[in-house]
Amino acid sequence: MLESIWFVIWGVAWAVYFMLDGFDLGLGTLFPFLANDETEKRILVNAMGPFWDGNEVWLITAGGVTFAAFPRAYAIMFSGLYTPLMLLLFALILRGVAFEFRGKVDSARWRATWDACLVVGSFLPALLLGVAFANIFQGLPLDAAGLFHGNLLTLLNPYGLLGGGLFVVIFAVHGALWLAARTEGELQARAGRMATSLWLMEVVVAVAFLVLTWFSTRLWQNVLAKPVLLILPLLAVAGLLLTRVFAGQGAWWKAWFASSALILGAVLFGVAGLFPNLLPSSLDPAASVTAFNAASSPLTLKIMLGVVLCFLPVVIGYQLWVYLTFRDTVTAESIERGPAY
Amino acid sequence: MDVLALSRLQFAVATYFHFLFVPLTLGLSMLVALMETQYVRSGDEDYKRMAKFWGKLFLINFAIGVVTGLTLEFQFGTNWSRYSAYVGDIFGSLLAIEATAAFFLESTFIAVWHFGWNKLSKKAHAVTIWLVAIASNLSAFWILVANAWMQHPTGFVLRNGRAELADFFAVITQRFAILEFIHTLGGAYITAGFFVLGISAWHLIRKHETAFFKKSFRLAAAWTLIFALFEIAQGHMNAEILSTAQPTKLAAMEAHWETGRNVPMHLLAWPDAANERNAVQSLSVPSGLSLLATYSTGGEVKGLKDYPADQRPPVLPVFLSFRAMVGLGMLFLALGLWAWLKRDRIEEQSRFLKVLPWLIPLPYLANELGWTLAELGRQPWIVYGLMKTSDAVSPLATSQVGTSLAAFFLVYALLGAVDIYLLFTFARKGPDAAAAAAK
Repeated sequence: MLESIWFVIWGVAWAVYFMLDGFDLGLGTLFPFLANDETEKRILVNAMGPFWDGNEVWLITAGGVTFAAFPRAYAIMFSGLYTPLMLLLFALILRGVAFEFRGKVDSARWRATWDACLVVGSFLPALLLGVAFANIFQGLPLDAAGLFHGNLLTLLNPYGLLGGGLFVVIFAVHGALWLAARTEGELQARAGRMATSLWLMEVVVAVAFLVLTWFSTRLWQNVLAKPVLLILPLLAVAGLLLTRVFAGQGAWWKAWFASSALILGAVLFGVAGLFPNLLPSSLDPAASVTAFNAASSPLTLKIMLGVVLCFLPVVIGYQLWVYLTFRDTVTAESIERGPAY
Repeated sequence: MDVLALSRLQFAVATYFHFLFVPLTLGLSMLVALMETQYVRSGDEDYKRMAKFWGKLFLINFAIGVVTGLTLEFQFGTNWSRYSAYVGDIFGSLLAIEATAAFFLESTFIAVWHFGWNKLSKKAHAVTIWLVAIASNLSAFWILVANAWMQHPTGFVLRNGRAELADFFAVITQRFAILEFIHTLGGAYITAGFFVLGISAWHLIRKHETAFFKKSFRLAAAWTLIFALFEIAQGHMNAEILSTAQPTKLAAMEAHWETGRNVPMHLLAWPDAANERNAVQSLSVPSGLSLLATYSTGGEVKGLKDYPADQRPPVLPVFLSFRAMVGLGMLFLALGLWAWLKRDRIEEQSRFLKVLPWLIPLPYLANELGWTLAELGRQPWIVYGLMKTSDAVSPLATSQVGTSLAAFFLVYALLGAVDIYLLFTFARKGPDAAAAAAK
């Protein structure tokens, strides 16, 4: 029971992470396509300025939850996926400092350098996390000792790459909608057009991914075994469709929330379809790392449940307050007034 | 080099580098919070400018501190997977508590502080920097509790082929953890103190904004003196607890070979590990080590020869790190005292002011020496007495770790250079130019 509760917390932590950091990773990826001059670039950066750091802590938390509740899964996943995780790490490092550094020296080359870090550092995490999760969905080549029999190329199979593409495009739409919601005028119009045209690609990739999921993974079978769980893929589909409906009306905030529902639904569908596996083995089902064979002791799980129940509601509360405090439109005048990046 | 050696080197690089930024975050957040509080209480605009100027430097430093902290959390899994699987039940939960209870608070409110000058009331804005300061110090608490557990494991049972939690309260309240926490904070606060003293001195010499930098200097002088005093008095407890908690570390840092009573302390010594003796030892204080370690001149202190050679840490670097750290601590006290005594007419102390900016690196050095003592002195154990470092490493290929290590060297060298360049630039600009250059 405790293990199952922790499995849910694990899945929710990832889902919230992708929903929140998703928009700033997407916006970073679209940076060169959305912003035409330095003012627009600054508007774009400041549109995510007060949020990206707090969002990224959800990744630390998802990692921390894995380490605390399922240490064996953490050990196998992080050492098995060594190279992609190192790439992810370097991308996040360069991206994080790019926010702080890009405006610190008044030189076009200086800014171009950090802008490049921001773009690569946003695109790569989206891609890598997508590739990693798609591979987890279809199973990793793990033996009974938890040894990973493969390399980076093993992960770059068609289904894995499609998962990477899916994450990139979902986050891109999510980010474009965020920018449309927080800006005005020409930039807002451009972001809106970007979101609606990328939405078509999003639909194509999502449908392809869901179909391939039927053949490459056991997610559908597991979810169909408990039909109530079908609400998760339905939430994702509804979110996807409503995104377009609201975007068509120019209701950017509503469209962003619909896109959030898509992300939550899609990630939780994947997680529910995995249960009780955290890292299914493609070599031997018995070698799969599950919530039960990787869990911490009952005492640790109980104490950590107390910690999470005490602190996460508070975290959600103050992060919500921050979002509400900084929800106003970002304009050339507002960043000129400062404070801003 | 094999995977073990490469992974150890990579962890050392990542930790040393990360800890160049952490102490200033811990200390300067407190100082900026004090400045802004003073502004709210007195309405003196200088204190607001101080909070903004020092806060700007704080943010530049903070950015690298955060991103390099990610590396550490990743590395336990990527490079030390056997360790993570063996002790994750305890160690992993401490890291997860750090993230949920402290790191969220810190990362969320640093942005509110940065962006909220016009959106929040004066008081609410001051509260946000206190939240950042408290959260970063709390974050240090959980990380150091985790490290203290590696130094002195407690509150666990060996079950199911791993270490499992038996007494959570024992883990988070053990004396070793509390001592490690306050000692680390002391070092961090001294670092921030010298940072503010050094930069203020640079401006005072040039007669830039004398009133502004005198206020900064006065605050930092009192602050530095308090924590330099505290650190020396308290540091003794950290050494004393080793006599029972980690006797091999104590013996190595004192280059003490033969178990005995009335053990002297050699002020001058040079260990010769190959021959299990000291090549040089003189200026000995009779029974000095016994007295310090056991509070009795006749107290027994274990020597390194009591332990098999494969259970001893490398003696020379541990010994030297300890000596150099203590020496620096004494120097900080002397300098802090001088700065405080002369605080009212500091602009007349031109020689002292000229030297101070050059001393900024010294507390950084002392912090790194302290970690060298703590971590190298724990070897060959990753968890003292429980798990050897050599048993903890991930099953990786040499090429994987070699490549990532090379990337760390490259990226960290670049980041370090950029950070120092930016800190220099903004420190020299002074409060008004710095505020105008980037809002």
